[in-house]
Amino acid sequence: MKLKSRDILALEEMPREDMELILDTASSMKEIIYRPIKKVPTLRGKTVVTLFYEASTRTRTSFELAAKYMSADTVSIATATSSVQKGETLKDTARTLRVMGSDCVIMRHPVSGSCHFLARVLDIPVINGGDGMHEHPTQGLLDMFTMREKKGRLEGLRVAIIGDIYHSRVARSNIWGLKKMGASVVVCGPATLLPPEIEKMGVEATTRVEEAVKDADVVMVLRLQLERQQRGLFPSAREYSRLWGITRERLNLAKPDALLMHPGPMNRGIEIASEVADSPQSTIEDQVTNGVAVRMAILYLLLGGGEEK
Amino acid sequence: MVTEKARIMDEEAMRRAITRIAHEILEKNKGIEGLVLVGIRRRGVPLAERLARQIEAIEGRRVPVGSLDITLYRDDLTLRSDHPVVHRTEVPFAVQGKKVVLVDDVLYTGRTVRAALDAIMDLGRPALIQLAVLVDRGHRELPIRADYVGKNVPTSRREIIHVKLKETDDEDAVIIEEMT
Amino acid sequence: MKLRGKPEPLLIRGGRVIDPAQGIDAEMDVLLADGVVSQLGHGLEADGARVFEARGLWVVPGLIDMHVHLREPGEEWKEDIASGTRAAAAGGFTTVVAMANTRPPVDDASMVNSILARAAEKAVVHVLPVGAVTRGLEGKELAEMGDMAEAGAVAFSDDGHPIADAEVMRCALEYGCVFGKPIIDHCQEPSLTRDAVMHLGYWSTVLGLRGMPAAAEEIMVARDIMLARLTGGRVHIAHASTRGTVDLLRGARAEGLPVTAEVTPTHLCLTDRLVHDTWYDTNTKVNPPLRAAEDVEALRRALAEGVIEAIATDHAPHHLDDKDVEYNYAAFGISALETAVPLLLTELVHPGLIAPGTLIERLTAGPARILGLGAGSLPVGRQPAAGSAPVVAGCRRVGAGSLRVGGCADVTVIDPGLERTVDPERFYSKGRNTPLGGRKLRGWPVLTVVAGHVVMRDGEVLA
Repeated sequence: MKLKSRDILALEEMPREDMELILDTASSMKEIIYRPIKKVPTLRGKTVVTLFYEASTRTRTSFELAAKYMSADTVSIATATSSVQKGETLKDTARTLRVMGSDCVIMRHPVSGSCHFLARVLDIPVINGGDGMHEHPTQGLLDMFTMREKKGRLEGLRVAIIGDIYHSRVARSNIWGLKKMGASVVVCGPATLLPPEIEKMGVEATTRVEEAVKDADVVMVLRLQLERQQRGLFPSAREYSRLWGITRERLNLAKPDALLMHPGPMNRGIEIASEVADSPQSTIEDQVTNGVAVRMAILYLLLGGGEEK
Repeated sequence: MVTEKARIMDEEAMRRAITRIAHEILEKNKGIEGLVLVGIRRRGVPLAERLARQIEAIEGRRVPVGSLDITLYRDDLTLRSDHPVVHRTEVPFAVQGKKVVLVDDVLYTGRTVRAALDAIMDLGRPALIQLAVLVDRGHRELPIRADYVGKNVPTSRREIIHVKLKETDDEDAVIIEEMT
Repeated sequence: MKLRGKPEPLLIRGGRVIDPAQGIDAEMDVLLADGVVSQLGHGLEADGARVFEARGLWVVPGLIDMHVHLREPGEEWKEDIASGTRAAAAGGFTTVVAMANTRPPVDDASMVNSILARAAEKAVVHVLPVGAVTRGLEGKELAEMGDMAEAGAVAFSDDGHPIADAEVMRCALEYGCVFGKPIIDHCQEPSLTRDAVMHLGYWSTVLGLRGMPAAAEEIMVARDIMLARLTGGRVHIAHASTRGTVDLLRGARAEGLPVTAEVTPTHLCLTDRLVHDTWYDTNTKVNPPLRAAEDVEALRRALAEGVIEAIATDHAPHHLDDKDVEYNYAAFGISALETAVPLLLTELVHPGLIAPGTLIERLTAGPARILGLGAGSLPVGRQPAAGSAPVVAGCRRVGAGSLRVGGCADVTVIDPGLERTVDPERFYSKGRNTPLGGRKLRGWPVLTVVAGHVVMRDGEVLA
């Protein structure tokens, strides 16, 4: 089996078969994370570069662990320590990494579309670790993996995504992925944080959180970027929390066995109440573990084979 | 084109071979103390299961059975343009200090067994590892030999040994096929 | 203009002459001599003139592009007057109106003179300079519009920057209308477009790019219309791009206000979906942004009806370094002179959406009328002050968007059936920034004649 995708850039363009292959492979990979010796020799001699133009601990660590568990070497470049500070263009940085012999670049970048740009410049696989407000495909896949693992299916699930949809690459990746896998999605947040015409992506949109959460199989809470408040998109974190925060009462409107998800890191007491974040319904820690498994699967599927004959 | 050349084992022969191997395992290991069976995916898994049932019939107690996917340990990944599908490794017991019998259908170049040895070692440090195969067809490329063999079948490299099992195929049989 | 000496007489024979200003659309011969159109008729004798056989081709007045960025002085690595006017010639344009946002900007008479002097030396088509509305394009103090008008500025504009302060715009219209020149405004309410890089709509939602709402343009178009009503000054809306703008223009027109507008081939033919379908190709990044399909629909209708009177390219060449970066960091603009005619023919004329005569009118008589180049009447407004300088731009006369006998011999010949693939590497412009690279288009200019001089033939610029 082989991925049709050469790069992992956006779930919008990823065929359903590719998503299924990644999820299936990830479930085989997950066992390795629990071994006493967490290492398989599959990617020995391969070098994976993480190129992060935005601060991130969780995603970068997850990719690096995934690569290390597969025996790849990892190099991590963060803006603060690279020539990016000296005004080097992304294209030049990427080409430099390529000629140094890296086999795959994982990039996070504040500008939407930058990973597509990188993929046009490079002849090695590019994995999108989050591009601006566009997509975060590996997060979407790990979220779907978690839902499938807990619910046994994705088809027919009702997933409510609550929060700052406008700026969320996590929301966009989940929407495309879940729609392709046959789930239904409702997005909810203040009107200033819902992008225009989002319904055309095949989702319901509402500003009323109770309506969104009602009868949901999954409630996914997004991180609220508090700096958006400065831009006047909502008046205060307090009011946001009162109107859109996920509390026990609100979660009770969902199905009794509903999952509570959050991509992390959480603002406790703002978008999510601690009582639900730490409840048995919460899959927040599973998401972290699954993230490593999904990224191992992706690295194997992109780098594990030889050249096309 | 692949043509069937000969049937070298039928259901009955296979049953007898498994019974014999079960006895040999018990004899060599002096019972089932510390014994575990690990089948190599795919057809090693049902064979390990059959051996376990046979041992249970003899000893009245069940030995633990696990299954091992060796895809991630293959040495030919970079030679292939497709990606072998990774299946789950399920060894739901510690191998530390155990007598591990690896089970596979055919022993050929020895490369699969080499990968399986590495995979087992990554799970812990067994007391010893033995190898049981239904068919040994020769042509080893590594210094590996089986401890228990259902049938030795001299073959040419152009021939293909096809083990069919009821669990994975529709019948129990071992067939020699030839590329023409 | 670089073209010197007396041009050889040229007979353009047997083509379909489309001259909307004279109401002509018929097979005719055109004889050019001494830099003017000397005869127009049937069966003209060559009489020693070189002959260009134009059977099956369109023979039209030299095209006028009233919105071009030539980048000289200050950004010559992007474009200069020589390369920009050669691109114009290649694209079938005989006159270009050069925007004032150079470095330094054209905001006083000496800069206008400088542009005209440079053009006289290097240009291969007519260059008509625009003067800035405000000093330094800063939107604060009025520039010396009277001096610039006398020096030869044909219009005033801070293009690239909207005139955000309504009081400044009001003063510019009141003061400037004395000189009979339109104020060309790049309409965009800046607070609504901060950090935005494409049209706000479904595709910006999908792509996660900050969007410019159509309302940002419409708010300022509405304001300018109201200020035109208040002052009687002439407002020209640069690159109209939304359905709402079209509705506002229609209202202004019905009221008889001195408001005109142009639209670019880009906005008539491409939609915001292209940003998605090219996966963030920075050559789709332009300001105003590529709009939604319904906007394109409305613009086409407005063009056909005459609510929008001119097509202008907003030719905005950039260096590869300005475009070969992440989408948000890329410069706005499309190098458009060399693809305008084939794009318009392919997308609008061949499918029957716009009649050939209408298209040619919007590329010739329309802009000439807005700029006061032709004999056509000016839109309603105060009359020009007595004694204001005639339009002179490096050559003695400028084609006025018509093939009237005695007028400047600016002629463009178009082969409506010629099919060619857009190859940015072969552009005469230094700016290869086009989203049309690789596209097969049908209907290319094959001959450009400026003041009787053949400056382009079969795609090759000769001057």
